[in-house]
Amino acid sequence: MALLKTESFVQNDIRFHLLPTDRYKTITVVAKLKSPLSRETATMRALIPFVLKQGTASFPSEQKLRKRLDELYGAKFEIDCNKKGTNHILHVQLEFANEKFIPNESEITNEGLKLLWEIIFRPHIKNDQFIDEIVAREKRQLENKINSLYDNKIAYANERLVEEMYKGEPYAVKADGYIEDLRDIDGKSLYDYYKRALTEDDIDIYVLGDFSPNEMKEKLTALFSRKQAKREAEVAKMARKKRNEANKIVERDNISQAKLHIGYRTNCTYKDDGYFALQVFNGLYGGFPISRLFMNVREKHSLAYYVASRIESHVGLLVVYSGVETAKYERAYQIIEEQFTDLKNGHFTEDELTHVKKLITSSIKETLDHPTGTIELLYQQIVGERELPPETLIENINRVKKEDVIAIAEQIELDTIYVLASEEGE
Amino acid sequence: MEKLHYAQIQETLFKKTLPNGLTVFLLPKANVTKSYGIFMTNYGSMHRTFVPIGKNELVTVPDGIAHFLEHKLFEKEDRDVFSDFMKYGASPNAYTSFTKTAYLFSATDNVKENVELLLDFVQDPYFSEASVEKEKGIIAQEIKMYDDEPNWRSYMGTVKNMYVNLPINIDIAGTVDSIQQITKEDLYMCYNTFYHPANMALFVAGNFDAAEMLELIEQNQAEKTFPEAKPPEVKFPYEPEKVNAQKETIKLPVSLPKLSLGIKEKKQQLKGEVLLRQDLIQQMILDHLFSKSGAYYKELYEKELIDDSFDYSTTVETLFNFTLISSDTEDPERLENELKEMLEKTKSLTIDEATFSIMKKRKMGEYLRSLNSLERIANEYLHYHFAEIDYFHAISILDTLTVDELNEHLAEWISEDRLTTFVITI
Repeated sequence: MALLKTESFVQNDIRFHLLPTDRYKTITVVAKLKSPLSRETATMRALIPFVLKQGTASFPSEQKLRKRLDELYGAKFEIDCNKKGTNHILHVQLEFANEKFIPNESEITNEGLKLLWEIIFRPHIKNDQFIDEIVAREKRQLENKINSLYDNKIAYANERLVEEMYKGEPYAVKADGYIEDLRDIDGKSLYDYYKRALTEDDIDIYVLGDFSPNEMKEKLTALFSRKQAKREAEVAKMARKKRNEANKIVERDNISQAKLHIGYRTNCTYKDDGYFALQVFNGLYGGFPISRLFMNVREKHSLAYYVASRIESHVGLLVVYSGVETAKYERAYQIIEEQFTDLKNGHFTEDELTHVKKLITSSIKETLDHPTGTIELLYQQIVGERELPPETLIENINRVKKEDVIAIAEQIELDTIYVLASEEGE
Repeated sequence: MEKLHYAQIQETLFKKTLPNGLTVFLLPKANVTKSYGIFMTNYGSMHRTFVPIGKNELVTVPDGIAHFLEHKLFEKEDRDVFSDFMKYGASPNAYTSFTKTAYLFSATDNVKENVELLLDFVQDPYFSEASVEKEKGIIAQEIKMYDDEPNWRSYMGTVKNMYVNLPINIDIAGTVDSIQQITKEDLYMCYNTFYHPANMALFVAGNFDAAEMLELIEQNQAEKTFPEAKPPEVKFPYEPEKVNAQKETIKLPVSLPKLSLGIKEKKQQLKGEVLLRQDLIQQMILDHLFSKSGAYYKELYEKELIDDSFDYSTTVETLFNFTLISSDTEDPERLENELKEMLEKTKSLTIDEATFSIMKKRKMGEYLRSLNSLERIANEYLHYHFAEIDYFHAISILDTLTVDELNEHLAEWISEDRLTTFVITI
């Protein structure tokens, strides 16, 4: 049995995905616009969510737009920009109450879809451009957001690691853009960019909730339509430089705990056959509270409260991150490395392997009990350009053998160690 | 077993209080893959002065002990609880708040086994001197992690400014120094006093049969013996109406200053329907004024005194009741003045029926959305249960709310001596 009913089709140069389910009391609609990540467009693209939030043609201010959402029973609207691999994704989401649960209501779905369409395709403009005053203000908002990364030391250390590790490669480009690139953007240049994005980007629209697929299909295709044009220049794929030894960077700040972040190249992405074994390796290494890192760095040596690893599926990055005493980060690093070597040498039991596979497959199934989790999981297939429905993903993970894990561990290379340390001595 | 059906939200809940005093709630759902269980005691960091079970005199225990106890329940003489759950593909977790400690798991299979594990590990404590000592290093790192989080510092700083005597002004995890004093005897004393089944409740949601599940829980509990117990006697100090300090400023490495304004609400120590009504009223008024459709939000945003980090919340519990408004800002002083002026103006503000009906719609949609997630349902349900509220009734309570109640609240909401601000500067 399929875990999830899915109906996907392309019409009007847009890919639609219908996910009818009676699990939820709301209907969630997500539009994903995908473009290659590049320094030239990153800042403009990062600014788009800020400006689109400022109103549509019929609701031409943020307040008017938000009041409309209130009328639609507090519909939840979210818009942001993030990166997946070397793609820069604009994510627009609207979640509204299913009228089935509200007496004497029948128009929430129609009105909700119409509003989402307006937000994307009929933004608040004047004389064929975004309004300069709004753009100027939102540029300062984006600047604050870029700067505020520094306030969250874990996220900051992570971004610094990626920046150092991928220097000169597309993945180093920041999803939030660059303060120095903000200066030249105005209402005209930004709207010109947005119009181009609307014709060139790949657009996927997901609808999830308790509805009739046929009716929904009609509603969607009557509203959402465009003509897609080929992107002019594809971003050049830059070759990575080979390192002979790991790159180590230590920076200091006035903090009470050191943040230790370690980046590895997995040489394996969502597209590769080794992807399933990589998931399992990550589970054994640091993905769960029973993984090697947690059991050793925390439980055995009391060096940290959090220590974990995670993978970026589309670029082949494995990151280990932990918070430790500055004076003890070398010791923690040593224990982390020992765990890696141990796994690579096959020092794990069949039981461990079975349990970790079970944890991974359970977490995939659990994701399918959340509206956004479900959509994100399905969208992986678009980004990874590989058909891999959840049940196939689960089957493949269950098939991973000990030797597959060892083989994948052998191809993982340590690349960069980044430490944000406290100011007083080592 | 009581069967409670809620027609409007189409939910059916089963309830039973067992002979040992434990209250059990079961929410079987046929259309989900996952199951979620949460076992909660009405005991948190604020329960620090009390009469231990079987004793007659009050004692005060070291700060951070409830949280320490939560950590230590995961470790048994011969094994780690995480590994037990892992065998059934489940992920356990736990949290400690000012007033509650909760243990939980989510899983996609073996729901019965996981429920038994949950009950058994929480009801079978094992504390040794060595393991207590080991935990001190881990928790010290947890405390230091929070020390480096400006948003947490801002939250706790504002709470401390509001409350003069009530131990909500003590950090949940305690301090690096206070946890050093904790002994295994302290842990057993707190455990025996507050983990009596009569002081606890269990909520299980997911794919299972209610009658079978109840039988299993009843049997599990019948096999264990607990002493006869009166409800724990806890002493809370007298708390005046006015705030502890009107303003405090600290320095941290952040990108922009942060301002947090706290309103110590006039109505403290509520319970039952009165609490829920007050909770809804406070939330609706904040949404009305400070959400993105609100007039005050718009004004502050256009004056560029706030940014994307702007946030507000209201927390109504039986022991306390406060509201927070916060944002990163370039000019904390001006933001403080503007906010205070706005709040002062609410005394003469009246909300009309038309606006009130939209406010209600918004709340209704938000409530339905909260029912999308099993975790959210189970957590909220138990949280309100200890305040003598049936969370599934919230939608009917919302229906009966009147605009007069909101206007009465507004008239006496703000008073200068119940306001405080907490500022973080660079």
